[in-house]
Amino acid sequence: MLLQRRLRRVPSLKVLDEGQGELHAWMDPDDARAWMTEKKSRQLNDKVVPIREAVTRFTYDGGYLAMGGFGHIRVSMAGIYEMIRQKRRNLVIAGKTAVHDVDILIASDVVDRVECAYAFGHELRGLSPAGRRAVEGGKVKVVAELSNAAFQWRFKAAAMGLPWLPARVMMGTDTFRYSSAKIVEDPYTRNPICLIPACYPDFAFIHVHRCDKYGNAQIDGAVIEDRELAMAAKRLIITTEKIVSEEEIRVAPDRTVIPFFMVDAVCEVPYGSHPGNMPLLYYSDEEHMAEWLSLSRTEEGVKTYLEKYVYPVEGFDEYITLVGGEKKMEYLRKLERLEVPLSAPWAKR
Amino acid sequence: MACTASRLLDDGKSVFVGTGLPIIVSMLAQRTHAPNLLVVFEAGGVGPRIPAIPISVGDSRTIYRAVMAASMDYVMSCAQLGHIDYGFLGAAQIDAYGNLNTTCIGPHDHPKTRLPGSGGANDLGSLCHRTIVLMRQDTRKFVEKLDFLTTPGYLTGPGAREKAGLPRNTGPHKVITQLGVMGFDEETKRMKLVSIHPGVTMKDIVDNTGFKLIIPDYVPTTEAPSCEELRLLREELDPNKIVLG
Repeated sequence: MLLQRRLRRVPSLKVLDEGQGELHAWMDPDDARAWMTEKKSRQLNDKVVPIREAVTRFTYDGGYLAMGGFGHIRVSMAGIYEMIRQKRRNLVIAGKTAVHDVDILIASDVVDRVECAYAFGHELRGLSPAGRRAVEGGKVKVVAELSNAAFQWRFKAAAMGLPWLPARVMMGTDTFRYSSAKIVEDPYTRNPICLIPACYPDFAFIHVHRCDKYGNAQIDGAVIEDRELAMAAKRLIITTEKIVSEEEIRVAPDRTVIPFFMVDAVCEVPYGSHPGNMPLLYYSDEEHMAEWLSLSRTEEGVKTYLEKYVYPVEGFDEYITLVGGEKKMEYLRKLERLEVPLSAPWAKR
Repeated sequence: MACTASRLLDDGKSVFVGTGLPIIVSMLAQRTHAPNLLVVFEAGGVGPRIPAIPISVGDSRTIYRAVMAASMDYVMSCAQLGHIDYGFLGAAQIDAYGNLNTTCIGPHDHPKTRLPGSGGANDLGSLCHRTIVLMRQDTRKFVEKLDFLTTPGYLTGPGAREKAGLPRNTGPHKVITQLGVMGFDEETKRMKLVSIHPGVTMKDIVDNTGFKLIIPDYVPTTEAPSCEELRLLREELDPNKIVLG
């Protein structure tokens, strides 16, 4: 056997190039299997806890955080505000279309490193004053660059229990040079192909439309990358618009995006994506976003914002009252249904 | 700018769009000559009838009356598989080969201006058949050397994309600015002037380009926007001037 192997020429995979970015949240697939086997229960357990307890138990300083949704779409603001209140520090965040989530986490000193596909911007609203200030001033470090497709394929590789996935993006660019990916010669085509390393975040929050007490979660609208992220995350906190009965899940199992055995905690937080959009329920609150974008131009303003809306606030319902209560939420529901025109104060020039 | 770009999008083709102006342009195309233009958004929206400007390429307007609300994995895989004709992007800097920068101005470690990064731009520029770029033209933006190469154009010239491993027959197609329309020379893959907008001089074009642009002997004038196109833009698509300013 040994002799045969020696006589046969065994080709090895040729590494053509290596990105110089820091590799975060990667695990050997066998270690990942061991984690999932030991730390995730296949037993139906009631996982409903207050958000405060979920954050205390499953998040920690210095960890690698990923937020579900799309930066300001279906984003777990309740989880974010609670991490700010508990003064989590030195987190690395997956900047995967990170928008309002990363901006406020940077401004409140929770995050000091970003792996960046998209961050420091507010899409149509322009650049993020707080995020930019932190990077340009050296307070926050960008540990690696990559593309959006590459980021979600990092989660997909993890979700498949693989060390990496091949993809045809990033090659030839500085985005690759600053990433943690590698380029090899593909043994089938003999062409270069990019290997995207798996990403297993230490903890993740995903906000959903409905979920039962065990963690069976359903999302309406685009799922973005949450199916993969839910599988990749070492700890997963689900915040949900409402907790429904197990039967309500079981009559529509095709709607379930995340099954219970991926989930570590379930927290009921109505309007939990505010000021972000919750597709099919309520639109983003552009008046509130404008207030944030204006206040976050200075450190003082950030302090004012946090002291008004985050630090002294006990629960998310108290926060909703502060931002305009049911009247505001009714307007955002109408906006979502296209029944009233959008007012975007940040667009006034 | 928006009208010229909109006319490049053929009916019955697919376009993957970035935030802001590219969305408005696609909406304009759908309401004029290309009602069956398939618009795809990176968060998973496939073929929506976009009712109003989305603030995000992932918000609920991007799945409104869509044929599918999918995932990022799904739409990016579609692009990698060859289903997407156009990738439609903006940028802070562009070079003669159509390479784009949306990451930073100044050195990466100590940026003078930190920009959002690739987002889906690198993926669109890598995987869509033809990349269309919409941006302002001046010497700070049209540069000899990018501060950061975020998204691949023709990289260093002919054959460079294929050599890097990117899909065959892809790359930048057109660049539309407030001054004119640029394409790319078949042989050298360098940027080449295609047409000048009405009221713009050749000197304006040259003075606002930081690299040597290929200028053919005959350069036509871009067709002016029609009254209907302007009306749609101003009254229906962006009445609050959120994008068009």
